[in-house]
Amino acid sequence: MPFEGPLPRFDVSADFWSLRFVHETCDSYAVRKNVPLPFAVSTNAGAMASVYVDGGYGYAATADLSPAGLRDALERAARWAHVTARHALIDARTLPRPRPRGDYVSPGFDAPLPTRHEWYDMLLAESREAAIDARIVDWEALVDVVTAMHRFVTSEGGDVTQRHRLLFPSLDVTAHANGDTQRRSLNGQRGICQQGGVEVLARFGFIGSARRVAEEALELIAAPNCPSGRMDVLLMPDQMILQIHESIGHPLELDRILGDERNFAGTSFVTPDMFGSYRYGSELLNITFDPTRPEELASYDYDDEGTRAERTYLIRDGILERPLGGAISQARAGLPGVANARADGWNRPPIDRMANLNLEAGASTLEDMVSSIERGMLMETNNSWSIDDSRNKFQFGCERGRIIENGKLGHVVKNPNYRGISASFWRSLAKVGDASTLQVLGTPYCGKGEPGQTIRVGHASPACVFTDVDVFGGAA
Amino acid sequence: MSTVVDTPRVATMESYFNDLAGALDRALAAGERYVASFCAERTDFVRMNRGKVRQPGHVEQRYLTVRLVKGARHASHTLSLSGDAAVDQAAARDALIGLRSVVVELADDPHLLLPDVVASSRSVRGGALPDTWQLVDTVLDAAKGEDLVGSLAAGPVQRGFANSEGQRNWHEVTTFNLQWSLYLRADKAVKASYAGLAWDRGTFDARMREARDKLSLIARPSRTIAPGAYRAYLAPSAMEEIAGLLHWGGFSARALETRQSALARMRDGARLDPRVTIAEDLAAGVAPDFQAEGFARPARVPLIERGALVGALVSPRTAREFQLAANGANGDEAPESLSMQGGDLPSHDALDALGTGLAIGNLWYLNYSDRPACRMTGMTRFATFWVENGRIVAPAEVMRFDDTLYRMLGENLEALTRETELLLDSNSYGARLLSSATLPGALLRAMSFTL
Repeated sequence: MPFEGPLPRFDVSADFWSLRFVHETCDSYAVRKNVPLPFAVSTNAGAMASVYVDGGYGYAATADLSPAGLRDALERAARWAHVTARHALIDARTLPRPRPRGDYVSPGFDAPLPTRHEWYDMLLAESREAAIDARIVDWEALVDVVTAMHRFVTSEGGDVTQRHRLLFPSLDVTAHANGDTQRRSLNGQRGICQQGGVEVLARFGFIGSARRVAEEALELIAAPNCPSGRMDVLLMPDQMILQIHESIGHPLELDRILGDERNFAGTSFVTPDMFGSYRYGSELLNITFDPTRPEELASYDYDDEGTRAERTYLIRDGILERPLGGAISQARAGLPGVANARADGWNRPPIDRMANLNLEAGASTLEDMVSSIERGMLMETNNSWSIDDSRNKFQFGCERGRIIENGKLGHVVKNPNYRGISASFWRSLAKVGDASTLQVLGTPYCGKGEPGQTIRVGHASPACVFTDVDVFGGAA
Repeated sequence: MSTVVDTPRVATMESYFNDLAGALDRALAAGERYVASFCAERTDFVRMNRGKVRQPGHVEQRYLTVRLVKGARHASHTLSLSGDAAVDQAAARDALIGLRSVVVELADDPHLLLPDVVASSRSVRGGALPDTWQLVDTVLDAAKGEDLVGSLAAGPVQRGFANSEGQRNWHEVTTFNLQWSLYLRADKAVKASYAGLAWDRGTFDARMREARDKLSLIARPSRTIAPGAYRAYLAPSAMEEIAGLLHWGGFSARALETRQSALARMRDGARLDPRVTIAEDLAAGVAPDFQAEGFARPARVPLIERGALVGALVSPRTAREFQLAANGANGDEAPESLSMQGGDLPSHDALDALGTGLAIGNLWYLNYSDRPACRMTGMTRFATFWVENGRIVAPAEVMRFDDTLYRMLGENLEALTRETELLLDSNSYGARLLSSATLPGALLRAMSFTL
């Protein structure tokens, strides 16, 4: 098996080659409207061969993991490298040739999980708790359990094995009345996603949460629309992760800055000359690339180019320090970066991605933050996101809002939205919550790349206050 | 290097798939049924930036989803396959046998619906394409001196279906999809595409020439447009983004029944302009004529006619849950071959008809501001121009719109172009898609911009 033990010898006529093996299984359990959905399992295994020849680079992906299949893939990748060398954007002779060695294992990787019966019983119990009113028209509770084994081997003697267990629980409820429909979820669309086992559910109070989520859906149906105007906003962690993701994470991706994504995902308002001096946000803004937090979704020891991953500040005290760029992008740009060259599977090449991108906790309690706001809006749980291709002009929406007046939380509002410009928004960061307000969340759905890739990303954030934000509600 | 390479151990992908189905047939026990769907491709992907090659490569992948059914109990296993026929037949058989012990543990599924007729079909379209590297050479030569960024995907895509009742469906399309942008500076660029089943050098050259010509317009000093309402012309590629947002459950029968569709108010009488007619039209695109459970897809499913919602995409599961008739939709109930009828405005008269306003070549990153109201927001992108008296005056800085579909394609719709454009979906998340949209351009009396 290519996932353990020595590999056969490959005589590849190349300056450098690597094989990246991926084997993932996913067990999917779901209950919708008290009906168990049919159990589904997937098994996905294959290898990506990458080769440098004559200054060119090529790749070939195959699910044929036999020695002959791997040899074919290496040779095909070498042919690509050879025939494209004269048009290569990057001289592969200048690129690093990694030889990483190591092992990574998720916390609780081997710990027992519930049986299929137990999963379905738990989800059924939640589902039944959600059906509290005729106005509840749809609801679903589900869990995906992913087990992933990655092995990265290089011609220089590198050999890294990383094993992950990932949990993706989700619960949402939809209410409808009087021509309006409102959806409420537990921390958003797959916002709860961590490494580990059943302890992930306990961390978020998943079990026993359905009734509260359903009650909040009904509350939203009866709530007025969010008012419009400029005001302070208190963003809870399950909205902050989206704000960080879209208006810090993507603009700091070095391949975007280098132009690779301009035809698809877009460019960035950040330019190479900004690193080291640009004021991205207020001095309360501290952003880290942190692959070391054990439970966070994208913790690992090495990225998919074999670079050692370490906790690194990208923005410190509001000043931009370094981009999200892997070893190849760093070589192209002449900038320092991090270990974030990642692929979403065996059939896609690594590109610069977020991994765990976190906003470091500050000093304010939730009570401090609420009491500091004379007129404002608490917003929680992202449900709408849109931002321009330079990652500057954004508009985001949340599932639930609460008026804040004279330092006190007031009534609930529906359809809370706000808009702004990344380059100025983060400078209005006025308070950063302490560790008691922090949640470790993420998303399995970060899309980018040609060919397209959907990568798993972790985000940890406390609640935060921003001043003088353009807020508005729904309705035509 | 060829885009179509037969693996020596596999005579054709179709016979390989039929042999897999045969292995499943042989593994079945009394009282069991199976359905199996197959998704494969052999694709050359070439990514370009700054007029050079950034990442070139090749992906071969095959996935089989086997669903074992016993009575009303069922479960599925999706597995990647190696391409070695013997190895893969054993893997498929093992997957089915593995499901046997799962199915007995499960409860009956009240929403299981499988076809009760055998409807086999076969479609193979497209032949050998030019060598991918020749195409790359052509593209880079044609863009010499320009800052070109883009991607080319080329090769065959296959979909298959088999069940224990003997139904066999095969759909194979060999396509190319070239998407590129020519950049002038920062975010100022022209987007172009060329996709299809047969590469025609003349067509490509014309599209590249058109893109280069537009670059000279982009070079003019840009104009920042203040928030407000403006007349607007949406090119078909901009309309594609609006149609794409409606794919998020807009036409889904399940989303309509549970009031989660952004078009749910059309069930209560809300209307678009009478000139708006939209259908899922199989003949207009490249999607297969069968879905994952083996139901045949009708040639046409009317969705909106003369501005009124008249239909929805109904998957087998939704059909059983809500007592509806299934109409060939997959589980996500999203259109795969959406087709919108054109109007009476000749495309070449669109700017004259616009007069003064915004000519929008592309929209970007749409989402809902208020889904029940079908209020959506998004950005302008690429070639978007400020037009005065029918003439392009300046490229416009990117703008955020926030408006409802009921206004844009309702009270504010002034005209649809006579010509429609077939836009093959270039998305390749996990696999190359076989979706498409055939759309006209739309002239709006007003469109609201907010930022």
